[in-house]
This record gives sequence, C-alpha cells and structure tokens, in this order.
Amino acid sequence: MKKVILFICLFPLLTSVVHATSNGTNSYNIEVDLTDTKSLQRGARIFINYCLSCHSASYMRYNRLGKDLGISEQTLKENFMFGTDKSGETMKIAMKPSESKVFFGVSPPDLSVIARARGADWLYSYFLSFYSDPSRPFGVNNLQFKDTAMPHVLWELQGFQRPVYNTVTRGDGSSVKVIEGLETGSPGKLSPQEYEETVYDLVNFLVYLSEPVKLKREKIGIWVIIYLLVLLPVAYKLKKEYWRDVK
Amino acid sequence: MNVITKMLCSFLSWIDARFPLTKLWNEHLAKYYAPKNFNFWYFFGSLALLVLVIQIVTGIWLTMNYKPSAEHAFASVEYIMRDVEWGWWIRYMHSTGSSAFFIVIYLHMFRALLYGSFKKPRELLWLTGMFIYLTLMAEAFFGYLLPWGQMSYWAAQVITSLFGAIPVVGEDLALWIRGDYVVSDVTLNRFFSFHVIAMPLVLLGLVFVHIIALHEVGSNNPDGIEIKKHKDANGIPLDGIPFHPYYTVKDIYGVVIFLIVFSLVIFYYPELHGFFLEHANFVPANPLSTPEHIVPAWYFTPYYAILRAIPDKFGGLVAMGFAVILFFFLPWLDRSPVKSIRYRGWFYRIALTAFVISFLFLGWLGMQVATPLYTWLARIFSVIYFLFFLLMPFYTRRDNDKPVPERVTMP
Repeated sequence: MKKVILFICLFPLLTSVVHATSNGTNSYNIEVDLTDTKSLQRGARIFINYCLSCHSASYMRYNRLGKDLGISEQTLKENFMFGTDKSGETMKIAMKPSESKVFFGVSPPDLSVIARARGADWLYSYFLSFYSDPSRPFGVNNLQFKDTAMPHVLWELQGFQRPVYNTVTRGDGSSVKVIEGLETGSPGKLSPQEYEETVYDLVNFLVYLSEPVKLKREKIGIWVIIYLLVLLPVAYKLKKEYWRDVK
Repeated sequence: MNVITKMLCSFLSWIDARFPLTKLWNEHLAKYYAPKNFNFWYFFGSLALLVLVIQIVTGIWLTMNYKPSAEHAFASVEYIMRDVEWGWWIRYMHSTGSSAFFIVIYLHMFRALLYGSFKKPRELLWLTGMFIYLTLMAEAFFGYLLPWGQMSYWAAQVITSLFGAIPVVGEDLALWIRGDYVVSDVTLNRFFSFHVIAMPLVLLGLVFVHIIALHEVGSNNPDGIEIKKHKDANGIPLDGIPFHPYYTVKDIYGVVIFLIVFSLVIFYYPELHGFFLEHANFVPANPLSTPEHIVPAWYFTPYYAILRAIPDKFGGLVAMGFAVILFFFLPWLDRSPVKSIRYRGWFYRIALTAFVISFLFLGWLGMQVATPLYTWLARIFSVIYFLFFLLMPFYTRRDNDKPVPERVTMP
C-alpha cells in the first residue's frame, strides 16, 4: 500500500521533471489558455485572414470551429468562410502544392497539427523573431527558424525588426558578428505590445486547432478520476474484508 | 427461488457433461491455490492481461476507421482524433496502452529477477514469457509505423535497414521485409496485416500457454518457497489460498490503481512530453526529409543504445540481439539454490542493482544524440549489462546465501 501511494505521488513529479528538460531553445515562452474563447476567436480570424491562403488545415471542419468557439453558423459563413460554401467542409485551400513549391521553394505545410509538432513556445518565438535580411528572397529571416522560406506575412501589423549585432571574439582570436537581439526598424499598424497579444491569440488558436478535443478531454478526465478515487477505497475495503481470515 | 436454483444446477450439469466448465473454473480460479504472501510486484501479471484486453478492444475500434495506405493513413488518424465519436479516447487508450504494456511487462520481468521466478521448475514458464516479450516487441514495432508520421517512417526505415547489415543475405532480407527499396505503401500494408492479425494471434496463443504453464507448476512467491511441499490432509498447500476470490478481489484493487495512473495519462498527458506520442510524429511521413534526430520508442531505447555503442553496424546488431536473447538462458545461468532476493547473498543483490541501473541508463542514453561521452557511457553500461548474465554462473554459485525458511512469511 505504501509503495503504491508513493508511486502515485511520484508519477506527476516524473512528468514535470521531463517537461522541465524538454524546453530546449525557444526564445519566448507562452502560457496558452484554451478557455479564453474570445482570444481563440480573434486567433481564428487572424489565421483565416493571414495563414489560410497558403497553408491549409485540412483535418479541421469549419462547423467544428463554429461549435467549439461559439460562433454562429451565420457569422461563420459571413466572416470566416471564403471560397467554401458548406460549413461541414474542412479548411482546404485553392493553392496547389505543385504551384506553391514554385512560389516558395517548399510547399507550406498543413497547419492542422503544427502546434503538436512544433510546440506553442516555438510558434510564439517564430512569429516574434522575424527580422529584415536583404539576402533572403522575401527580405526577411527568422531567429527561431533560420532561413525560413515563409515571408513575414504579419509585417503590416508588426512592421519590420532590425537585428542588433554584437562582435564576439572566439577562442582562436578571430571575431564574428552575432545577432544579440532585435529592435523595431519600421513600425507597423500595431504597437509591439499589441502585436504580441495578436500573436498570442494566433498561437492560442493553433494549439486549439491541433487538438480541438483537448478542453473536453480534460473536463471528462476529472470525472473519470473522481469515479476511480471513489472506487479505490471500496476496492480496498472489499479486499480487506475477504482477506480477514488469511493468516 | 428453489426452482430457479435447481434449473441453473441442471443447466450447469448439462454443460459440464459436454464441456469442462466447472472443471476449468476450479482448476484455474476457485481451486487454484496461490501462495498467500504475494506483494505489490504480483499485480503486474493480471495487469498485463488487462492491458492486452484494452489493446485488442481499442485496436478493433481503431481498425474500423484507420486506412492502411501511405496516402490516407496520417489523415485517417486525424479523422479518428476529430470526427469519430470518442475516437480520440480510443486512440489515446491504444497509444498509452502500448507504453503501459511495456511498463507492466518490464515490472513483471523484474519481479521474476527479484524472486527467482524463472528458476526450476518454472523454466518453461519463463521461456514462454520471453517469447511473449519478443512478440510484443514485434507487435509494437509494426504498430508504430501505422500513424505514418515522420518518426514512424524513419524508425521503420532505420530498423528494417539494420537487417541489411547481415552478411551475404542482408540486403535481400531487408528488401524482402519491406517489399520495397525503401519503406513505402507496400511496407505499411504488410505491417498493418502483421499488427492486426499475425502478432495478436501469436500473442494470444502464447499468453494461453503461459497461463497453462503457470497453473501447472504453481506461482512462485516473494519468499521463493515451493508451497506444494507442505500440504494438509486434503492435499491443499498450507500456505496456499484459492485464487478466486482472494486474488480476484486483490487484483481489482490493483486494477483501480492502475486505471487512475492510466487515466491521468490519457486525459491529461497523452503525449507524455513526447515519450508516448513523439512531436515529430505529428508531421506526415516524408521519404525525402530525414528528421534531425531519429529515436525509437522509449521501450526500445536500452537496446538501441547497445546497438549504437558498437562502432560496427553488424556487430551492434549482434550485440543488440544477444542483449535480448540472454534473458532466455537465465534459468541455466543462475546456479544459486536460493530463489528469492530475500535470502540471496550480496553478490546477486549487487549484480541485479548494477543491471537495473545500466538498463535504465542505457534507456536514457538511447534517447540522446550520440556524443563521444554518451557513446563511452553506453559502452560501459553495455559491458555491465552483459556481465550480469555472463558472470552469473560464477557469482551465484559462490554467493553467501542465507538459509531459507520452511514456510512463507506474511508481509
């Protein structure tokens, strides 16, 4: 019994230790909040306006989005659906992979499960780390994803950032220029803080998009575990009762 | 009431005249006498059976919606996750179940090492168990390809190409296994067939044999004493209690504890930070782009570390094979007259501790990017791993074992 309790107590500890070590190399951290429906709705708008012309989300249905985020069928059709007329359809795009490959060098990946592949911190850092780099085809580079093929789609919101260089002397005496940070070059429509909030909404939405059932499963989980916790002493007492005569 | 009881009794004797129902019930449950001193470690046999049932039932439902084709596999998994009613729950039970299966089986095997359950007269029980372990590894490997993510694809690519390292026949063998020059739609289809038909069939057969063998020799116990040595006038072991109801009610308690941990994972940590569902597996398989860091699922990583520890590919393959095969010889490598760790001397205790530490460390090393330091650590732990087996005849023979009591001790 003691060992069992110890095991149960140690289990979450084990997972949190693992979590702490797997954070790796993201420059920003984000605490997503899937209960913030307003944020998810704003994120969905940004996603549909800025992402969903080159990227698809072909495992996600419009009406699921409407249902989960509390958007009425009417609003969904007027403000979220362009190019599709049936709300039961998935979020596909007109651009063919063969064409987009010519445009960008790689065809933009489907974003349905991107947040599960990359992680929220990575995505958040990615959207905040674009900077001007004239050597790149679209004039931008990214600190999180070096030499990304994606243009800075949100540039009109953020404006352009400039890299701040620092000269570092290496062990062998030679010196190299490394990017120390980013500063605002030309401002966009939004202030840096407003832009961070916009990116927060977008990443929040991408996390929702990658697993729409997440909130529901966490809600159901409570009841499953409460049920089992109630069952546990019953099972223990039953065992004790039967085992009374074993000496 | 009396009439109903009479009717049921006559119905039962009607069946018993045609099928040994009462006989089976008695032999395997109501009059199967198990030692009364089982402890925590004895939960994992019945839990393994529970996980097997979970895997089969959830597997049947997953198969209803899964499409084994390179074009549709990844999408059909997301379809299960989003559009199939309770599909996410069924899939998480199955994906968590595969890891739970290995956790439970590793603990079950460790129990055997603790209390000498592989020793005479349970050699065949141990061997059938080892065959179950091998089949389980094959089952997990085949199933791992099915989601058709990047890690699925490249893990299968790495493992199938390992066969290419075998001299002379290697390349042809790898080609024969894959059915193609690289892992492809053909490979996915045959792995699906192995995963849903061939391996489960073998697994069920072996589990049946394993239980029959267990009930023939009787269960070992934490004291490693044969309870059949001391019987009462009716031939019932003095230290034995009927499996049903004593151990059925005890196992229900174990099952509830297991389900709490299992549900915590399913509902709150289904990916378990990349251990149960890898991040790279949420990217569809792409034969043209190799992930930076290919690792097998966690339950294979100790063997993967041994494979990588040896510079020569074929040598690594042989070492990895031996690392698994050596378990089969345990009943004959162990020369101690004592079964349980409780009465064993310090040699075996130290050896087992060193073995467990190296197994866990190898598992961790198998997940890391191989650096020169890690490769050397993997070599050191591989040597300890092999020495546990190879030196066993020597250190168990001259161990300072303690006298074993005649009767079991209650916890």
